[in-house]
Amino acid sequence: MTAPALELDCRELLCPLPIIELARHLTDVAVGELVAVVATDAAARHDVPAWCRMRGQEYVGEDSADDGSPRFVVRRLS
Amino acid sequence: MTNAADATTPGPTYLDSASSEPLHPAARATLLAALDQGYADPRRLHGPGRSARLLLDNARAVVAEALGVRADEVTFTSSGTDAVHRGLLGLHRARARVGDAIVHTAVEHSSVLHAAAWAPGEHRSVPVDAAGRVGVDDVIAAAGAGPTAVVAVQSANHEVGTTQPVAEVAARLDGTPLFVDACASAGRTPLPDGWSAAAASAHKWGGPAGVGVLLVRKGARWVSPFPHDDRVDARASGFENVPAALAAAAALQAVVAERDETSARQARLVDRVRAAVTAIPDTDVVGDPVDRLPHLVTFSFLYVDGEALVHALDRRGFGVASGSACTASTLEPSHVLAAMGALTHGNLRLSLTRDATKADVEAFLAVLPGAVAEIRADVGL
Repeated sequence: MTAPALELDCRELLCPLPIIELARHLTDVAVGELVAVVATDAAARHDVPAWCRMRGQEYVGEDSADDGSPRFVVRRLS
Repeated sequence: MTNAADATTPGPTYLDSASSEPLHPAARATLLAALDQGYADPRRLHGPGRSARLLLDNARAVVAEALGVRADEVTFTSSGTDAVHRGLLGLHRARARVGDAIVHTAVEHSSVLHAAAWAPGEHRSVPVDAAGRVGVDDVIAAAGAGPTAVVAVQSANHEVGTTQPVAEVAARLDGTPLFVDACASAGRTPLPDGWSAAAASAHKWGGPAGVGVLLVRKGARWVSPFPHDDRVDARASGFENVPAALAAAAALQAVVAERDETSARQARLVDRVRAAVTAIPDTDVVGDPVDRLPHLVTFSFLYVDGEALVHALDRRGFGVASGSACTASTLEPSHVLAAMGALTHGNLRLSLTRDATKADVEAFLAVLPGAVAEIRADVGL
């Protein structure tokens, strides 16, 4: 996938803090651009896609950050 | 203990019957009487022993009638979890020569998942849809993917209330035994058809804790997975808790007699909760809205720490459960919510006791939006 316009470092943050960070910073990127959440909390894997469904954004998928931490990528649709 | 809101002495309102239902008055009366009469060893031939045996046999007969099964299909165990372990693993062990794989839905109770993980052989988890329901075709395909010892499908989900297509699965299994964890539904809705073994838990229907019910269908092949004992019932081990079994039977008989009225009333209250909660912004109401258990409803609030919300509601006088695990990073979120694609944080499960009133529910709904808004305000959302 193309490089995200913004990567949020949410390592070590417990749920729901990674999702709160995502919500706070979504509008930092333009519509159509990608924002990535790097999160080590186990709930993020489920809650980033659920947040996208509830908020009308696109869940692009999971890859890894440079250090191997799970990274969840979202496309801003609105 | 009562759930009725009292204007002069407001007590806590308990909305967590899916974890444990308060003791039914019929169980209390029976338990007190049986404590004095059912103490002896039901295997002994003396008078007190014969009395205990009579009480145990009576408990078995009452449970059988309430569940619509044969008395010789009923075994009292030390808990619902024990009944699950014996039911699933006993069917598994009896099929050792056919295969050792266990097929189960992704949303089984942890007691089923732990038992499957403990047993030798592979286990195949079958995914569920967004409502938490497993597909019949998917179960059949998983059971046909290799030699399969046993298939486990719950009667209804304990966290979100969605019922499962047990009878439809059973009709297509073609000889593979089916284990049904009925702990969430027993007493509240009729047992589904088609099981070879099933499990239930007395404290979830208003009986005492420490009593489970294992059902093994007449003619089903079942071999004890645990060391044998020389008790009344070869499927159980340990000294029978005769008074508790009798109290569990009395409670079950009572709740089954009352359940048409109870279920209809609870389902209306749950409909009311679903409608009201949906009006709170950024809320995920999970589970099937129609084909579900009558007494429970589950929802998740975006940006809310579920455990913080449980504490906030407890301070306001309401006892509810949460499937979220936010405070400890080592804890996994609810595997049920995850399998459904539901929001796992900010989760609440509200479940009604048999005497829950409209006033209880309205009082809860009056404080819930404020409690959610307060937590969201703390994080600036």
